[in-house]
Formats: sequence, C-alpha cells, structure tokens
Amino acid sequence: MPKKELETANRPDNTAFTQQRLPAWQPILSAGIVIPGFVLIGLAFIGIGVALFLTSRNITVLEMDYTGVETTSDCYKCSAGTLPNCVCNLYFTLNETFPGTVYFYYGLSNYFQSYRKFGASRDDNQLSGDTYYFTSPLAVCTPYQYDVNNNPIVPCGISANSMFNDTFNLYQLVNGSKTVPLDGRGIAWWSDYNIKFRNPTSDPLRNAFNGTVKPPFWSKPVFELDLTDKSNNGFLNQDFLVWMRRAALPNFRKLYRRITGPDYASGLPPGNYTIEIAYNYPVMSFNGRKKVVLSNVSWMGGKNDFLGVAYLVVGSLCIVMSMVMLIVYAKFKFPDDV
Amino acid sequence: TLCSHMRTLRVDSRTIYVGHRPCHDPEAFIPPKFCDNRIVSSKYTVWNFLPKNLFEQFRRIANFYFLIIFLVQVIVDTPTSPVTSGLPLFFVITVTAIKQGYEDWLRHKADNEVNKYLVTVLEDGQRMRKESEKIKVGDVVEVVEDETFPCDLVLLRSSREDETCFVTTASLDGESNHKTHYTVPDMEQDLLSLNATIECEQPQPDLYKFVGRMHMYRNNQEHAVRSLGPENLLLKGATLKNTEKIYGVAVYSGMETKMALNYQGKSQKRSAVEKSINAFLLVYLCILVSKALVCTTLKYVWQSQPVFFSVPTEIGLKYNLMYLKMFTDFLSFMVLFNFIIPVSMYVTVEMQKFLGSFFISWDKDFFDPEIQEGALVNTSDLNEELGQVEYVFTDKTGTLTQNNMEFIECCIDGFQYKYTDSSTELDGFCVTDGPEKEELFLRALCLCHTVQVKEPDGAKCHPAELRGFIASSPDEVALVIGAMKYGFTFLGMESNSMKVMNRNNEVETYQLLHVLNFDPVRRRMSVIVRSKSGDTMLFCKGADSSIFPRVRQHEVERIRMHVERNATEGYRTLCVAYKLLKPEEYALVDTELREARLSLQDREDKLLKVYNQVEDNMSLIGATAVEDRLQEEAAETMEALQGAGMRVWVLTGDKMETAKSTCYACRLFQRGTELLELTVRTLEDGGRNREDRLHDRLKSMFKLNWSSSHQDYGFIIDGATLSLVLNSSTDSDCYKTLFLKICQNCTSVLCCRMAPLQKAQIVKLVKCSKGSPITLSIGDGANDVSMILEAHVGIGIKGKEGRQAVRNSDYAIPKLKHLKKLLLAHGHLYYVRIAHLVQYFFYKNLCFILPQFLYQFFCGYSQQPLYDAAYLTMYNICFTSMPILAYSLVEQHICMEALLENAALYRDVAKNAMLRWGPFSYWTLLGVYQGLLFFFGVRFLFGNPALQDNGQVFGNWSYGTIVFTVLVFTVTLKLALDTRYWTWVNHFVIWGSLAFYTFFSFFWGGIIWPFLRQQRLYFVFANMLSSVAAWLVIILLIILSLLPEILLQVLRKPRGTHSRQVLHTHTHTHTDRYYPHKHTHTHRHTHTHTHTHRQVLPPQTHRHTDTHTDRYYPHTHTHTHTHRQVPHTDRYYPHTHTQTGTTHRQVLPPHTHTDRYHTHTHTHTHTHTDGHRQVIILANKSLVKRTSL
Repeated sequence: MPKKELETANRPDNTAFTQQRLPAWQPILSAGIVIPGFVLIGLAFIGIGVALFLTSRNITVLEMDYTGVETTSDCYKCSAGTLPNCVCNLYFTLNETFPGTVYFYYGLSNYFQSYRKFGASRDDNQLSGDTYYFTSPLAVCTPYQYDVNNNPIVPCGISANSMFNDTFNLYQLVNGSKTVPLDGRGIAWWSDYNIKFRNPTSDPLRNAFNGTVKPPFWSKPVFELDLTDKSNNGFLNQDFLVWMRRAALPNFRKLYRRITGPDYASGLPPGNYTIEIAYNYPVMSFNGRKKVVLSNVSWMGGKNDFLGVAYLVVGSLCIVMSMVMLIVYAKFKFPDDV
Repeated sequence: TLCSHMRTLRVDSRTIYVGHRPCHDPEAFIPPKFCDNRIVSSKYTVWNFLPKNLFEQFRRIANFYFLIIFLVQVIVDTPTSPVTSGLPLFFVITVTAIKQGYEDWLRHKADNEVNKYLVTVLEDGQRMRKESEKIKVGDVVEVVEDETFPCDLVLLRSSREDETCFVTTASLDGESNHKTHYTVPDMEQDLLSLNATIECEQPQPDLYKFVGRMHMYRNNQEHAVRSLGPENLLLKGATLKNTEKIYGVAVYSGMETKMALNYQGKSQKRSAVEKSINAFLLVYLCILVSKALVCTTLKYVWQSQPVFFSVPTEIGLKYNLMYLKMFTDFLSFMVLFNFIIPVSMYVTVEMQKFLGSFFISWDKDFFDPEIQEGALVNTSDLNEELGQVEYVFTDKTGTLTQNNMEFIECCIDGFQYKYTDSSTELDGFCVTDGPEKEELFLRALCLCHTVQVKEPDGAKCHPAELRGFIASSPDEVALVIGAMKYGFTFLGMESNSMKVMNRNNEVETYQLLHVLNFDPVRRRMSVIVRSKSGDTMLFCKGADSSIFPRVRQHEVERIRMHVERNATEGYRTLCVAYKLLKPEEYALVDTELREARLSLQDREDKLLKVYNQVEDNMSLIGATAVEDRLQEEAAETMEALQGAGMRVWVLTGDKMETAKSTCYACRLFQRGTELLELTVRTLEDGGRNREDRLHDRLKSMFKLNWSSSHQDYGFIIDGATLSLVLNSSTDSDCYKTLFLKICQNCTSVLCCRMAPLQKAQIVKLVKCSKGSPITLSIGDGANDVSMILEAHVGIGIKGKEGRQAVRNSDYAIPKLKHLKKLLLAHGHLYYVRIAHLVQYFFYKNLCFILPQFLYQFFCGYSQQPLYDAAYLTMYNICFTSMPILAYSLVEQHICMEALLENAALYRDVAKNAMLRWGPFSYWTLLGVYQGLLFFFGVRFLFGNPALQDNGQVFGNWSYGTIVFTVLVFTVTLKLALDTRYWTWVNHFVIWGSLAFYTFFSFFWGGIIWPFLRQQRLYFVFANMLSSVAAWLVIILLIILSLLPEILLQVLRKPRGTHSRQVLHTHTHTHTDRYYPHKHTHTHRHTHTHTHTHRQVLPPQTHRHTDTHTDRYYPHTHTHTHTHRQVPHTDRYYPHTHTQTGTTHRQVLPPHTHTDRYHTHTHTHTHTHTDGHRQVIILANKSLVKRTSL
C-alpha cells in the first residue's frame, strides 16, 4: 500500500493538459479552402465596393474657398485682418437642385488642431462645470491659464482660445435675398452635449463666471455665446463643442449648420445664393485656408470615394489571386489535395 | 630539517592545535584565526535586500532601459504620463523581487537548520553541547551514528575496534556505498591528554585529496609524526554509518569546508535565442532612435515656417536653451515610440520559459518506474536550446550502457571459460590442464578488489549467495560475483585479513598488507596479501594496455587474442596478473610504500613511482570479460539523433576496443563507416617523432575526398593523442583546426581514454569553433560534470553513479532513451514556440508604433500620441499578450508523434533557422506593411471626416481608435492564422482577447472617469461603431493586411514536407482516411529500417511473415500479414499496398533492409496468388537463401 502511494505521488499527472495532448483542431490552409474563400471574399468586396462607389458618386458636394488670397475674391479685403468686423460675401449658383438635407461645413487647411499642445491645453474639469477649476485652471492651460492681471481664464487653454469665430448666413437670391434658415442643433456629438460638457449650475449662468475672464481671443465671454437659446449657451454651445473635438488631420472640416428650413428640407432649389461671412478668423499668417463646404450625406457619411475604390480593388485582387492559385493548383496539383 | 621543511610549508599549509592546547612551546602559542563554522548560502540580509536586489535587477540592460524611459517621463514634458511605463516596470520589478526574496528566505532557513544544529564538543575534558556554527578549528567533536559531520574532521578515535569508521557521502557526491575511513595510526587513547598539532594544506575543493601530517608530543619523548590522507578526513556533509561514535578534530570549518568550496553557483548559461533577441533589440533600438531623430529634425524644420497662431513654439528661444529643448524633444519622441521595445516581452519570455518547463517534468513518458522519478528541470532558461543541438557529447558507461555489469566469461592461460546457467557443470573447466592456474585466477579475483560485504541487519549467517557487495565500481562486484559462480566466495574482511571460501568450502584467510589503489592514469590496481603459508603475493588487475607491458611477453599472445575478441564484442575486459614477492623484496616495497605515504609533498608522484616499480615483472594469469549492457533503446536514440542532423561524439574513459564495439552496437558506426583512427597505437609504428606522424596523419586525413560519395566516416582518437593535438608545440592552432575540421566532417567521433577535464576541453573546442554550434553533453557520473557544465546544455542521467551529474545538469532524465523525446519533441517545439514568440512580439510592436510615428507628420511633429494612454499601456499587457503566451505554451505546429517519427524534421529548425535575419526581415516587413496600411487606410478615410450618417465629424481620438481596433484584430488574427493546434485554450484566449478589447473599449469610453484629466475617449468607441464607414474600413484593412499572409501559407506548403509528414504520422496514431489502419509495435519497428530501393511491383498478393531475434531486444516475434499489392507511383513513397480483407495497407515497400547490425534474421514468406511461394531468408543484410516452392 505505501509503495503504491509513493508511486502515485511521484508519477506525473496523466492529464491531457500536462501531457500536451489536449484535443485540438488542426486546420490546414489548403488551396481547396482558400480558393473558394478568396472568390467569396472577392465577390462580396466587389459588391460592397460597387454600392459604396455609387453612393459616394451620388453625394453632391460644393466646396468654396473664402480665405481671400486672390484679389478678385470678395473676402480679399478681410484677409489682411486689419478691418474690424469685416463682412464679405461668397456667391454661388446652383443649376440644379442640391438634393437631400444639406449640411453646411466650414473647413480649415494647414491648421494643426492635432498639435499636441493644442489638444492638451484645456481643462475638462472646467468644461464639466466644476467651478473649483474656474478659479484655478489646470497648469496645462498655459499660456492661457491666467491673464496679465492674474485672473483665471474660463474656458482656459489654447484649444478654447483659438475657437473658430467666423459666422455664416446663407441667402437665396430670389426677389432680393431670402434667408435660408440654418439649424445649429445636433451638430455636436450627443455625448458631448449631454454628458461630457456641463454648464455650472447657477442662474443666471453668468454668476458662476464672476472673477474669471474670457479667453483673450474671444469677443464675448462663454456665457454669452448664444443669448437667444439657453440650451446652446455656455459650454453647451454646439459650435464650441464642435471646435473642442479636435480634428485628426491638418486639413479638416467641421459641421457648422444643417439646412432644415421648411422650404429647403428636401434640398436647395436651383438658383443664386450668397453666403454672408463675418470674417474674423485669421489664417493668412500661417498660410492656412478657410472654406465652406455644402454637402449632403448618405448611410456611409459624407462623400468618400476612397472606400468604394479600395473595396473594388481588394475585391478584384482576391479574384485575381484565386485565379492564379487555381492555375497553379491545376498545373502542379498540390499533393495534399489529391 | 623539520624546521626548514616547516618554513617552506607555512605559506600553503595551516597548523591546527588539537583541542587548542599549546604544544611544545607554550609561550609562543598564538591561537591561529580561522573562519567560523557558519554556512552562508543566502545572498541577502533583511537590511541589504532592497538596495542589493534593486541594484542587481537594474543591472539587466532591459530593466535599466525602462528605468531610463520612466525617469525621462518624470523629468521631461512628455506626451505620455510616467504611469504608462512606470506601472509595468514596477510590476515586473516587484514580482521578481518577491520571487528572489522568497528563494533567499528558503536558503536562510536551510542555512539556519545547519548552523543551529546542536553538536557535542570536548572542551577541557567536558562534553559540551554547542550550536554547529560555534565550532572552531581545533575543537574535538563527537559525532554519533547517522549524524552528519558538522565540519571537516580528522578522525582521531572511533568506537569500532579496528579503528575505522564507515561513512556515506550520498549528499556530497551521491555515492551511497559505505566508505571506510581510518583513525590516525597509533593514536593515544586518551584524547584529553593528547598534545598534538596538525599541519595540513590550505582548504581546497577536491573532495578526494587531503595531505597533512600530525605531530604528537608525548611527555619526555621525541614527538611522533603521522601522515594524514583523505582516508583520515571526514567531510562535512557525509554521514556516519555502522559506527557508534567517533571523535575528530575540526580542520576546516564553515565556508572553508570542502563541501562549501564545492558549492559554487553554476555559471549562468544564456541561450542562443537570447543572443538573437539582443541583436533584434539593437535593430529596433536603431529604428527607435532614428525615428526620434527624424521627428526632432523635422519638427524644427517645420517650426521654421510660420506656425498657426497661439501655440508657443521654440523659435524665439536663446540658442543654448534651444539645444536643451531639442534634446528634451528628442527624449520625448523616444518616450513616445519606446513601446516598440516592450517590457512585456521580457516578462512573457520569462513566463513562457518558466511555465513551459513544467511540460518536461510533467511528461509521463519520462517517468521511470524503476527509480520512481521523472525528468528534472534545473533551469528553464535553456528550453529552446534543446531544439538547436548540433553536437551531442555522450558518456559511454552508464549513459549508452547500463553500467550494470555481468560477468560473461574469462580466459585463463589462453583457455576460454564460459558460465552457462543451464548446466551445473562449469563448461570448459574440464578441458584445462592447469587447475592450479585456475584456482590462482579465481583467488586473484576474490582478493584483488576493494569490495565490501554488505552486512545484512540482524542475523549474520546468511547464505553467501544472498550477500550484497558494495564497491565504488560495479566491475569489481561483477568479478567477485563471477568468482562466486565458479566456487570461490569472498566472505569479507576481518581485522585486516580477507576471508575467501574455496571450492571445498574451506575458509582461506589472507592478510591484506597493502592496497595499491586504482587510478585512471595507471588504469590498474593491486593488492599485496600474505597467505597463511606465509607467501607474500601481489595480485594486479587492470586494462590490457597497462598490464601487458608489465608481464612476461610470452604469456601475452594467447590472451591478447581473447581480450581483443571480447572487446570487439562489446565486453569490458580486464587482465589479471600476479607476482610472488620474496620476503626481502616485500620488506623493501613495504618501507618504500610507507615512506611515500608519509611524505607531504608530491605524495602522489612518489606513490606512483613505487607502484610502477612493484607492479612489474608479473605473470599474466588470465583475463575477464564483463558485459555492460546497452541502455534501453540506445541504438534507436542514437539513430534518431543522427537522423536529426546531430553529430554524436562519444567521450569515454574506457578503452578503445570496448568503446568501439559499443559504438557499433549503438549504430553510431555502421558497417560501411570508414574509421579513421588516431591513437597512440597507430602513431607508434614508424620510428619518427610521434608529433610529426600525428601531423602527417592529420594532413592526409584532411585530404580525403569528403564530399565525393555517401561514404560515412568515423573518427577515433584517444586521450593521449588528443592532448598531443591540443598541446602540440608547433603550429598547434593549425593542427587543432585541422583536427576539428576532420571531426566535423565525420558522422560520429569516438574519443576514448579521456580524463574528465579532456572531455570538457573537447566540448569547449567544438563550442568555440566556427559558427559556434550548440553543444549538448549527457552523462551520469561525476567524471561527466565538467563536460556537462561546459556544454551549452548539460543533461544528467539519474543513473547509478551518484547524483553529481544530475545536480550540475540543466536537465536530468532517468534514461538515455528519453533524450530522443526531450530533443526531438520538446526541444523542437520549445524552439518553434519561443522563436515565434520573439518574432511576433517585435512584429506586433512595430505595426503598433509605426502609425504613431507616421502620425507625427500630421500633427506638426508635436509628439501627439495617436492612441489613448490606456490603449498604449494595455496593448502589450492585456489585449495582445495572452494569445501569444498561450500559443507559446501549447502550440504544436507538428504534433509530437510526427516529430518523434521523423527525426529529420529537427533539421528544419537547425541553426537558429527561425530567428535569423531572413525570417526577422520577413516579420519586420510584415509589420511595416501592416503599419503603413493601418495608418494610411484610415488617413484616406479621414479625407472626409464626416463619417456618420448625421453628418457629424470624427476627431483625432476616433482616428486613433479605428487604427487601434484594426491593429488589435489584425495582430490577433495573424496569430490565429499561425496557430496549427487549436486547443480550447487558444480559442479562449484569442476570441477572449478580442472580446475583452471590445468590452474594455466600451467600458473605458462609457464612463466619465473621475481620475482622468481629460475624458478623451468618452463615447469614441461607441460612436465609431455607429459609423458604417468605420466598420467597412476596419474589415477592409484587416483582410488586406492578412491577405499576403494567407496567400503565402497556401503557396509555401507544397514545397515543404511538413504537412505530408503530419499526415503520415496520423496514419500511425489515428485512423485516417488515407491509411485506415492502426499502428502496431511491429510497424514502428519496420520503420526504423531504411528502404532504399524503389521498385514498381506487379499486382500481387503476398503473405509475409517476419521473424527476428535480436540481441539487444531479446524477444522474438512473428507476424503475418497478407497484402495485395498494386503498382503505384507516389512522390514520397513509391509503393502503397492496398487493403483487402484482413490485410492492411502498409506505407513502406517490402523488405529491402540496408541495416546490418542487427544480428536478427528475417524470414519473409510471400504467398503469391498463383500459389507460388517464395521464402527469403535475410541474415545480416545479405541475401542468404532464396527458395522457390
């Protein structure tokens, strides 16, 4: 009896795991599986690619630069940045209806919102309505933490200070000019508007900002961004929210408005239009460009030919490769698939 | 003269005052200072643990690198928080510190157990109980039976009457037999009044060497001098046996004891994989530095242009400040990209090695029911090295052979005697004409040895047959037992006389006068005994080469023939000689021997001289043949190793003929092998200088046409010639390399008559040769320790010669046959696993960091991280670590059976095949390709960032998250593609990791985390998933990244033989659609034969009966199969037998055996459909008989 116990004590466990004999699936990628697989993937990709390509083709985009580099441009006068409250107009003509809900974007080029200091220089505590940080903003906000008089800046930091402040009005030129209503709601992420950004709980809102100053670049304090609509004021101002979501690349566009007025719900009818631009944002100093983009969107978002083309290319590639493999297979007969 | 002698000794000797009593000159007595008896094997104390351990950990280059990165992050304004690198580093350091602390605590505990052990010390006439650590050199210590000696003692008194005591040194060298030690001769009985000093050499680690002398001062007497040798020294760690109690004086204590001196931390062996990792690290470090440099440069180029407003730049700074800023920018980039060298790789590699090594100790195939033990892993650092072995150095005795000696036959005066069990009569004995010679021979066998009779407990009168014999060499036991079979029984020693029972059951008594011990240089041992009649005789036994020159030449010839025949049959042979000493001769010898034994200096040389003098002019009586059986499956193992491309070198201390025959038996040499011999014998013909002849031979051998044919060469060299080669005076290096080149061209090399150190020399020679091949040494005895320590991988066999080899080895296995699985299956798998692990780690971090680098071009070189800090930290720790760890533990790209069946598969990974620059560049290119794809694929998508159907736009964190999602899925699926062995573990971790990533991203982005300064990822992941375009680009990029990989796997396969071999093996272990038969023992046996002829046979059905008897596998089996054969052409196996009825399909063509060393006979009976029968008897490969019936 003790001898047997000894034996069991020393003998290694005879389990599948310890003996490395776990039941296992041993797949082999043979041509017999891969060729039909490639054909299927290829066909699916080509299908998706065609759908994407056609969708993208159907999206109408109107892109207009208004930086005012060329002297012929109406905005040329404003581009120097010497005129205060400079307003310029951008005319365009639609020969046919701009279909669907039209989205109004503004675009900036050679503008590095992705610059690290730019993104890091903000205080999310302030932006979530924590008034403690109104009096002492985070140090990352430098050089826009305190002003020269040592008053805390709210909202502090480079991000907020550099907020895009051109404003646009769209008019249809029929029998004089008819304002095309622009809808500024729902342009920012739902989560930003409803959870991430919060105004301090005080009524009126401005009381919470006592003792703070506005960012130096701003013309009005944050609690006066939209005096007409309480729900679009303060940190919840949707233009502010859109700006604070940093663009990934130096050439980007941001959603400005949606054209949803009763006359324009199904698109912009043909005709002449003008965009009245309050030209405030200086970009010429760093060779930046500003533009206005009108676009409708589809299920895949805005116009993007890349995705469709890529799917078509990869799909065809799969088909071609499966053909090549089939030829190789037919010619040399992989021995395993006999 | 004594004074002058003492002066010369002073430097390298110590004087010990027994019992601390001053001797002749009390005034001049200064108690000498020696170290105390404390054993310290621990590394740390409570106080120095933290600083010392941290220091040692940060001496590792990797840890130091991560510490620097961490410090940079703390000091310099960097894009990522110090937590991202500090946390993993802290984790690694803490875990290692805890592990090392625990190990050291265990050592402390063990030390304390030894140091606090209570011992009895005689102090001023009283017996005092003292803690062992308080023993001082000079103390007289009492030790009782079964106690271990607390320090090295010189035996003063024993309770046994014959002034001896018995000890076992099992814990020192593993030899469990009892060894006899002697008290100092003519010792005073009263230890209290003993006034003596001991002069002995300073401590040195050799366990079997001790030189000293004792001066005893008696009242009013000239002082007496006694010589002390190893037989008087009791070593710390040995245990007292069969002796009630002893008294001894401490001569070496504490860390100066021979045991402590022998305990040395084994040198750290580093595996070749680690070297590859370091080389790759260097490449990646270069990539890292160049990335940082490029970014820093471009940053300042870019900033020289006007930058968009309100961002402070460095342009206005003063010059010296600007350089500082540039430097910190460089460091920031380094930090940003440092993830390319992940700390987690080291952790994963360590874990893989540690956990993976359990599979070796768990393997039940390594379990030996005889010793009730399995394999032992002493180091897990070398697992993968087992898959890289190019040279195997094996010991012969105990490794290739069982070291289980059996007396086979003897030759007396030229007549052969063979004992057969079946008959009670002794064959052959009747034909001899000299019964006196015969009896002399048997008496010699009974007397000329150092065997002890094991006294069974209790009753003493056991039948002689049941007595056990204990000896340090199993040959001696075999000889004594052999003599017993012929009627002469050794009864044991009694007070210096040996008792032998002769054929007539009379007890003969011989007084043992001297034992001339065996040593490997002389290769013989002798005893001088005096018979009752007063004759003084010398009996000598030893190797033929050491005996033949010392006997009368005319006797030699008849016996030489027998000896050589026996040797070729693989037996160990010994020659026995004797000599009658005249009284005056003996008196001379006796004084000379005593003088030599007393001398303090060059004692061994002097003894040797006397021995050589005495052992001369003897007359040869006969020779013995003892069989040392081959280890189980020794031949198959060797064949498999050779099939795997390993060169097997046999290094043995045994004689050439015996070793050669073992090599033949192990199939290391084949009948067709041309043997190149380079031994003292081959060099001796020709009168010229031996060295010149050696050089000529080497040159001519080198000129052989090595590549001309498939001729196998074997090389034989002996120890003397080897030292001639290695220490050759002229152009020694040139001949050394010549010798090495010749050896490397031979399939097997046999080095015989090697001293232990020479074994290590050979290993070192090969190890350091061109291409630094990976060497493996395997052995079982203390004489193999040096080569086990020298080789890259040392394997110990848990054999009969103690445990020293096991303790010094890296891996220990119970039997030689386990080596095959250890190398071919475990080693191969470990190598593939770790190689894949390393390559995969570099690859996945390259395609992780490359997008981050590329992003710098789009963020104004501002060190903006592409990924969120959580992703940066978790990527290597959580998202991608588990699948590769699981893969590196359970993957079997080829299953074990296939690896064992097809030894050639081992060659596929030889020479570090998977970690060379080729595969490394492939993986790097793959990483670059995928990294570029990830980044630019998403970049083109972000040409229009309005990716949602409500027209909203995505920002930079969405960008990073899409890239990261593609990255995590791609690298995980890439691993899935590489996985050939999907167990539930793989499924769990691969799909689990992906699920975890998804879940984590939701969770991380779903909550406002109060401890975060910026809620960057809030809802980013959820928003991403709500965008169809993001989904589409993720799918597109994953598939596009994996396409080339899939394509390559499909196209690569037909060229390789892997899958074929996998299928082939399936036929043996499973029922398979290709070969629907179960594998039996017989078939495996058949597989070991090589079938060379390919012939297409006409369709025929034949019955085939295969009978063979085999010397090494003493069983006979007969099997009968009926086959119907159809002509068939197959690329791999030109013949396939189709199955009909009870027959089965056999993959191999019929019976064209090329193997000749099995002495078995194959009888094949083929029954053809037309009733025609054909019997083919194959014996030793040649077709002996072919009968058509």
